Amino acid sequence: MIDYEQLLNPEVVRIQPSGIRKFFDIAEQMDDVISLGVGEPDFPTPWHIRRAGIRSLEQSRTRYTSNWGQRSLRVALHDFVERKYGLSYDPDSEILVTVGGSEAIDGCIRSVVRPGDEVIIPQPSFVCYEPLTRMAGGVPVIVETRAEDAFRLTPEALRAALTPRTRLLILPFPCNPTGAVMRKADLEAIADVLRETNVAVLSDEIYAELTYGGERHVSIASIDGMRERTVVINGFSKTFSMTGWRMGYACGPAPILRQMVKIHQFAIMCAPTTSQYAAEEALKNGDADVADMLEKYDIRRRLVVNGFRRLGLDCHEPEGSFYVFPSIRSTGLTSDAFCEELLYSKRVALVPGTAFGRGGEGFVRVSYCYSVDHLNAALARLGEFLAERKG
Amino acid sequence: MNMKLLNLLDENARTSVEDLAVMTGLTTAEVAQEIAKMEHDGLVRGYKTVIDWERLDSAYVSALIELKVTPQPDLGFEEIAERVMQYSEVETVYLMSGGYDLCVIVKDRTFQDVAMFVAKELATMPTVLSTATHFVLRRYKELDVKLCGECADDRGKISL
Repeated sequence: MIDYEQLLNPEVVRIQPSGIRKFFDIAEQMDDVISLGVGEPDFPTPWHIRRAGIRSLEQSRTRYTSNWGQRSLRVALHDFVERKYGLSYDPDSEILVTVGGSEAIDGCIRSVVRPGDEVIIPQPSFVCYEPLTRMAGGVPVIVETRAEDAFRLTPEALRAALTPRTRLLILPFPCNPTGAVMRKADLEAIADVLRETNVAVLSDEIYAELTYGGERHVSIASIDGMRERTVVINGFSKTFSMTGWRMGYACGPAPILRQMVKIHQFAIMCAPTTSQYAAEEALKNGDADVADMLEKYDIRRRLVVNGFRRLGLDCHEPEGSFYVFPSIRSTGLTSDAFCEELLYSKRVALVPGTAFGRGGEGFVRVSYCYSVDHLNAALARLGEFLAERKG
Repeated sequence: MNMKLLNLLDENARTSVEDLAVMTGLTTAEVAQEIAKMEHDGLVRGYKTVIDWERLDSAYVSALIELKVTPQPDLGFEEIAERVMQYSEVETVYLMSGGYDLCVIVKDRTFQDVAMFVAKELATMPTVLSTATHFVLRRYKELDVKLCGECADDRGKISL
């Protein structure tokens, strides 16, 4: 009989699928749940983008592309990142098309991190960095961002976490779940700390197009001296509402990208061809769609932030992504207990902040990828929940 | 004039003044004032409800009627449009480019009612040259609102 204990890689076995999987399963099975728990846009992919995918199928464009991704798409990406963020990358050696941003994150970590290397991960943040670091043999070093700092990474916190073994800094801004952004001045302060080190930066900018209040996203790669050490990772899922198409990309210096493309080549071959055609259309003709969705997100963001504040919960102003991260400390409950009680008594599903790292304790993540009516219905139930607890 | 406010009202006229204020960044007083002004200036002409009449037994029938008319000297199409508008059966009147002149949408209890209305009232107007009646068989979407099928959220309840 086969002995799986012996067979399986303990490094992988030790990784938890998700600490709160049970809570998720309960929510999925419950009827009449109003969920604010989903991390993907509610908008359908704009029709002209879907149409471009369909057209490519009609024309039998169903073969492998270059490992790097179709050249015309890489050229479109070159133009896009230049136009949007003032970044310039060579389409032939510095831009890689990946299966979602996640694959690019994995490839970047595996290209840089050696066993025992430390990877600095600010939390609360998206859940993939820590397990991917571990699977690459690296050691995650968690830096907790704080509400007092608007959940930004401070140069002091970064400096305190640096050691001679530090290989990589993950910079996940605009941030899921906090909605935090790093302004140019914040990034310059981080750059000042990094400049004299040999530490690379993985800048996960998947929400770069979703920032509010008029100030545009700034990439750390545009800060003096940072381009040579930074891999910018972005994708189409959030910006163009294309989650199921699985399209992401990485831009960075050729020495790193050449390693990433090897991993990609052997593990993936190339990103889905149909999706690549759709993505090119998105980059070339999608600005108006993004502007339209952004305006809708902003309206909902205001509504939800105001809703939580009106209910007496502290809520910092999220300036990016599509999440609000209010504090529930005043209720005296832990994040997990709050979400569980809310789900059982009022059938509203939120995600406990602890799902995004220990630093998320005392907070809940609220997605506003929902219609205004849906958001208002959830806020009303939340109001009842809080009133009943007080009463 | 606040385009954002106008778009929000266009989407849902029942959004409360409080919510509109939060969504636009204005105060409730400013929102109320803007809306009053838009109504007073005739920019906002009214508020209606999108009803799926097919769900009721006592449903209405609608028809789109193409009218070809002889424009009158000086008055053009205005006079005939004004006359057509007077009927309570008439929901919509547009002046059209192309193959006919006036597009008239009529709503009434039965097919027979609509047909008789066209035959007796519209076709007999002195300047009307011809009519063509197209009955609406099914309404899929109206005023941006879907009238068929439930839009189920296929995203699941939680994802990180």
